Amino acid sequence: MPDGLSRASTSVDLRDAGDPVALARAYGEQGADELVFLDITASSGDRATMYDVVTRTAEEVFIPLTVGGGVRSTEDFDQLLRAGADKVGVNTAAIARPELLREAAERFGSQCVVLSVDARRVPKGGAPTASGFEVTTHGGRRGTGIDAISWIERAVELGAGEILLNSMDADGTKAGFDTVLIAAARSVAPIPVIASGGAGAPDDFAPAIEAGADAVLAASVFHFGELSIAAVKDALAAAGIPVRR
Amino acid sequence: MTTTGAARLTRRPRVTLLDYGSGNLHSAARALTAVGADVTVTADETTALDADGLVVPGVGAFAACMAGLRGVDGPRIVDVRLAGARPVLGICVGMQVMFEVGDEFAEEVPGFGEWPGRVERLTADVLPHMGWNTVTPPPESRLFDGIADQRFYFVHSFAARELSYPDSPMAPPLVTTCDYGGGFVAAVENGPLSATQFHPEKSGDAGLALLRNWLDTLR
Repeated sequence: MPDGLSRASTSVDLRDAGDPVALARAYGEQGADELVFLDITASSGDRATMYDVVTRTAEEVFIPLTVGGGVRSTEDFDQLLRAGADKVGVNTAAIARPELLREAAERFGSQCVVLSVDARRVPKGGAPTASGFEVTTHGGRRGTGIDAISWIERAVELGAGEILLNSMDADGTKAGFDTVLIAAARSVAPIPVIASGGAGAPDDFAPAIEAGADAVLAASVFHFGELSIAAVKDALAAAGIPVRR
Repeated sequence: MTTTGAARLTRRPRVTLLDYGSGNLHSAARALTAVGADVTVTADETTALDADGLVVPGVGAFAACMAGLRGVDGPRIVDVRLAGARPVLGICVGMQVMFEVGDEFAEEVPGFGEWPGRVERLTADVLPHMGWNTVTPPPESRLFDGIADQRFYFVHSFAARELSYPDSPMAPPLVTTCDYGGGFVAAVENGPLSATQFHPEKSGDAGLALLRNWLDTLR
């Protein structure tokens, strides 16, 4: 952990949320430290709806907002930032064309360039990678053979300002964050790492921070009321990790 | 803290958010509106000079912000306002540019020079400093009145390490500090010129309270 650690942000991913704006408002009131919109309109493919949701959220929730999903160009960055996003998440398009990270960082600053990495352990029969982790696409269904840790290293050089690290192995298990993956990412990333995937109980969050994550993110456990942000913050504080109240 | 009753505005304070091509004006405009300001987003000089308060935002690189600000005559607008004791609030890079020089990627870029000192890269293990941090305001602070124990949202890799006027007859500014891999200047209150390194417009209720405190200083 960096000295003077100030960030154990509790982030909420609003994917699959019914009314994202209403939920964003509720999470803001409950003490979420950041909000993340990923692929909220991936099914409909309606970009205008996405911009509208971003704008309406930014109008009433005064905490940082990261938006990703289908971002392919610096023009997409520009439109999302203008709509009210503070940071833009990019995933598949950066794998296809890593220079997008550099272009976006040069034009808008690294602080708003978030690389979303969907990583998993290379399955049996897959092409091995040095770290044992590979980058996946299509929601974790398709392996790329790219070493996830090397990819993070490269992204930092290109200008990414933050890594949104999704463990596809832990995702949906509710068995805790993937601390091995988090530690591996931390070891090569001198930029903030948000850990995602695996949260099931309040006590799951502190180990992710202790493994090196700067922030912890969850989605469905909050949406379905299984966990409250307050309970997660209580557990983090009890583990000696400073949180915002 | 009390404010001078006679000087208080009886209408909504008019605030101009200086639009020089720096991103995310939307959030700052909405936050200022939410706490009662009548906000205009523009680079028009007359509007910027006439406003009760001028907000200078800024994200990204120091050099890019300075170029944008010079493009709209920002340094002169700020100078004229300050000469008339008219309030100005710098946010993030909008604060950094108030110092003498920005030292970014081994390139020295002159700032407005309202304050002595340089803006340099922080030395923490993880940068940007991105997240909610505590600050240490002086007891006399008006900006932090009632919210001194709150956390504020920072996103930056550069900052001024200190602000002081050694051996100077100038009134020393009120300096609020923060620690991230070493101390840095988190906010300044210096007569009509105030600034925050963090983003009050992204700092939840505490940030809104700070903006409200700033609006209370307008007259």
